[in-house]
Amino acid sequence: MKAFTLDHADSSASAITAMAAGARTIAGGTNLVDLMKLQVEVPDKLVSIRSIGLNDITQDDDGLLIGALVSNADCAADTRVRQSWPLLAKAILAGASPQLRNRATTGGNLCQRTRCGYFYDTTQACNKREPGRGCAAREGFNRIHAVLGTSEACIATYPGDMAVAMLALDAVVLVDGPGGAREIPIARFHRQPGDDPSRDNVLEDGELITAVRLPAPTGGVQVYRKVRDRASYAFALVSVAADVTMVQGRIARCALAFGSLGTVPWRDAAVEDLLVGETPSPALYTRAAEVLLKDARGFGANDFKIPLTARALAATLHEATKG
Amino acid sequence: MRLPQDDTFNSPDTTNLLDRGSQGVIAKPLDRPEGPLKVSGSATYSAEWKSDHCAEGVLVLASIAQGTVKTIHKDAVLSMPGVLAVLADEAMTRRSTQGTAGEAPVQGVQTVEYFAQPIALVVAENFEQARDAALTLEVEYAPSDTPVAFDPESADAEVELAPDTEPVEGGDLDQAMRDAAFAIDVEYETPGHASAAMEPHATIAQWKGDDLVLHGSYQMLSYNVKEIADCLSMAPENVRIIAPYVGGGFGSKLGITHEAVAAAIASKQLARPVRVVMTRQQVFETVMRRSETRQRIRLAADETGKLIGLGHEALVSNLPDEEFAEPVTQATEFLYSGENRLLKVDVARISRMTAGSVRAPGEAVGMQVLEAAMDELAQATGIDPVELRKHNIADKVPVEGTPYSSRMLAEALDQGAKAFGWDQRRPKPCQTREGDWWIGMGMASAARVNMLVEAEARVTLKADGTALVETDQTDIGTGSYAILGQIAGEMLGLPIDRVKVLLGDTSLPAGAGSGGSFGAISTGSAVLRACEMIREKLAKALGCTEDALELKDGLASGGGKSRAYPDLLAGKDLAETGSIKPGDTADDFSQASYGAFFAEVAVNAFTGETRVRRMTGAFGFGRVLNAKTARSQCLGGMVWGIGSALTEELAFDLRDGHLVNHDLAEYHVPVHADVPAIEVILLEERDAAASPLQAKGVGELGICGAAGSIANAVYNACGARVRSFPLTLDKIIPHLPDPFTEAG
Ligand SMILES: Cc1cc2nc3c(=O)[nH]c(=O)nc-3n(C[C@H](O)[C@H](O)[C@H](O)COP(=O)(O)OP(=O)(O)OC[C@H]3O[C@@H](n4cnc5c(N)ncnc54)[C@H](O)[C@@H]3O)c2cc1C
Ligand code: SF4
Repeated sequence: MKAFTLDHADSSASAITAMAAGARTIAGGTNLVDLMKLQVEVPDKLVSIRSIGLNDITQDDDGLLIGALVSNADCAADTRVRQSWPLLAKAILAGASPQLRNRATTGGNLCQRTRCGYFYDTTQACNKREPGRGCAAREGFNRIHAVLGTSEACIATYPGDMAVAMLALDAVVLVDGPGGAREIPIARFHRQPGDDPSRDNVLEDGELITAVRLPAPTGGVQVYRKVRDRASYAFALVSVAADVTMVQGRIARCALAFGSLGTVPWRDAAVEDLLVGETPSPALYTRAAEVLLKDARGFGANDFKIPLTARALAATLHEATKG
Repeated sequence: MRLPQDDTFNSPDTTNLLDRGSQGVIAKPLDRPEGPLKVSGSATYSAEWKSDHCAEGVLVLASIAQGTVKTIHKDAVLSMPGVLAVLADEAMTRRSTQGTAGEAPVQGVQTVEYFAQPIALVVAENFEQARDAALTLEVEYAPSDTPVAFDPESADAEVELAPDTEPVEGGDLDQAMRDAAFAIDVEYETPGHASAAMEPHATIAQWKGDDLVLHGSYQMLSYNVKEIADCLSMAPENVRIIAPYVGGGFGSKLGITHEAVAAAIASKQLARPVRVVMTRQQVFETVMRRSETRQRIRLAADETGKLIGLGHEALVSNLPDEEFAEPVTQATEFLYSGENRLLKVDVARISRMTAGSVRAPGEAVGMQVLEAAMDELAQATGIDPVELRKHNIADKVPVEGTPYSSRMLAEALDQGAKAFGWDQRRPKPCQTREGDWWIGMGMASAARVNMLVEAEARVTLKADGTALVETDQTDIGTGSYAILGQIAGEMLGLPIDRVKVLLGDTSLPAGAGSGGSFGAISTGSAVLRACEMIREKLAKALGCTEDALELKDGLASGGGKSRAYPDLLAGKDLAETGSIKPGDTADDFSQASYGAFFAEVAVNAFTGETRVRRMTGAFGFGRVLNAKTARSQCLGGMVWGIGSALTEELAFDLRDGHLVNHDLAEYHVPVHADVPAIEVILLEERDAAASPLQAKGVGELGICGAAGSIANAVYNACGARVRSFPLTLDKIIPHLPDPFTEAG
């Protein structure tokens, strides 16, 4: 770990000022500090945003507003979340451990970095860490890597759970920064790597996430299915978030998002279009998977994710539609 | 009656004194005396000792796998804040030390033999400064022009017979396979494993003149002292190690590791205490790994399922010239019948961190594969897996002809099956479905060799009527404090709160150390012997024969007299040092601990995720010294089995030889949610040939076969016979039936 200075902001305005002066935000620190210990991240100035407020959840007619500093534990335990957006609570609780969730924040979780082992190891070539050095994962041990949205430069997944649920729930990320406040639909928040994998999301320098807004609930059946190597405390090999409304035995509305499948939380309108209006059946699930995975490409150790995703999708749709 | 100097265990113990004790503390499920300290965080582990003016060292690891360190650009780093020294001393260790080596491992850090090998130590005023400097340090290398393979399976890897071994050969296995009514010929793989002990390796070194004192995390102190001394070319008498609490070892701390010698050298040079704590990643990358294995099993059975032939051939790996080779076939030698046999271990020479003993070396991976193959034989013959095993219990060790000491395999199989409800199992796969899950049951035998080794312990019956047990035996979380106190309490007729146990300091008599499941029985036997000598003196003082002596609650009775210890000792402490050495019993009998595992698993019909739903283990390992700590060892072993079966695997990148999953986030040991209700049955047994305690080793038994029972349950659940451990979902999915099919 490099020596660094730590300041404590007392408002989002002061945090943004500090960020404009080159400071890096630290919230729960559960990801950033790990990366600093390994010198994957080497900020010399940190600004802690733990005392800037933004730690409430408020509800109005438009939906729910979750402050950026609300802890993952508090968000998952909130009665409104549990009653109307259980998908979000389930996804959060499927992630990390109670200790980490107590500490981790909504904003920090959205910005968590990939778990690619080569990214974490400074002896290895990684374009995300050191642009231009190459990608050691492509032909390496890439069991956890993406099969959709990859590029020559990078095949790493966004590894988290919370954002996958938020994607299925059509969340909007609220940010504030030197250029003023703006709203980013979560589907556009994370960036595919393209030729610049160093930037995981579309936040501009000095921009701070202030909240996440969830639109009013759809009333559908919400399922989060996380497939992983052990029963808890492991990142997803693939996850599926579903919000499905059935009317008279047919799928009337359906939102599906996938985690650890692509380089970003993945949603595909063509899959949802195919499903709407249909009667659920194994054959239908297979067709949906074919559409979802038509461009999927494995890199050896992660080839299994393609059939696994088809199976996880079938299981999720089966559960969400069986009534 | 045994004479004090008669400490070699040459014939089975018939005196069986522990069963004549009156105190009733032996075998009781007593709490560990140090437990409250541990759970309250007040037991002092190696890195936690306070030492004034202590500098902090961080190891620098090579970023290549093979070559020579040409230049270390020290100066840039020496000018960083707080940095005191950059050391690349040729006395620093290049490899890890094998268990019971008692001498230096390969030293010299200018040569690099595997990726992430330690090459230097940076010392600074505080840890963060040292770590920053260690990561900043620029090093130039000259790559090796005679590279060693990274992959044991590659054609470039040199393969030889495991050093100091000979294949076990009997009869004609090929012919037996041809004659067999049922023949199984299968190949399995197991991956490399990390010990993954909770406490990382850590040492604080401090010199007092020519004397070196180390607070360190090691398992076998009397050997470790010699290893350190040899590394530093000094006399072992000048080295003292203090390690009263060790946060797990599982083999990785049997011999000294890199931080110890580095800390000692730095401390000498800087003339102040130096602490070196390995990071979690460094532990994964530089200390002992368990070798991956490829194992071919051949089972030739007659029409009744009786084995007429048994083959077990394994390929393991290690660094060039390293003597240790995972003894995969160790239990196969004696477990089942079948005179036609070939058992053999080859070792491939590769460039990875040193391979050595990781909990239950040999049986951990050998039994899991043998027992999976036995399940294939059960399937082929249609014989119930429990019956098949009972049918194949041999009368004497095949080929060698050695008789067995006490052996509880049949009892373990029967009692385990009964407690588990084995009769509920449906023999064919895909018969039981609960929602999205296929449910299945599997079983396996357990076996682990028993070893008695040299040990000493001093017991003092104090004038005030309390007792003190002293030895450098370690407690690596296993319960040494508890059981040594119980042995002394039983033998000397004292309630447990009047017995104090001091461990983990080489200024005390040399115990066995913690390894090979032999610590409890070996050091325990030394304690027993010391107590025997004290009993003789008490009998004499009381004026009765030893046979007539009865000791209870601090009162000696015999020959019609009764006296309290303070009165009998008349103000004088009574101290005796007991010792034990292995003798003829080790050769005259095949000695092992036995058991049986039963597992129920659920395999997700869609995703292939496997979760263990319950397990039962029944174990016979001679006398139980403490029913609680013994049960914990069995539990821990079975949890290890869950990891071996389903999740644990060292993943190497075969391009540069580096370990990819070098932390506990990506090397998946079972977490609480993976561990279901586990039932442990401890069988009543006395093994007179195993040790004067009639006890055998239990520390590793719970692993030996456990993963096999889980793999067999996976097959029974969903029909997936996966011959590559761990059984991750990607390997199971191709075998799964359509998830929408019904059971049956
Ligand atoms: C062992 C382990 C297992 C885990 N398992 C899972 C899992 O299974 N599933 C899962 O989803 N997650 C998992 N996590 C990740 C965990 O969820 C994240 O570490 C956590 O959510 C990050 O939140 P934080 O507040 O601690 O972020 P920090 O570490 O404080 O920050 C992370 C990043 O976000 C930036 N940041 C923080 N707040 C803001 C803001 N308001 N605006 C702009 N930028 C901001 C920081 O600058 C930094 O770059 C795991 C983590 C660990 C260590
Ligand atoms: S996949 Fe991306 S993060 Fe991983 S090594 Fe390649 S560039 Fe780096």
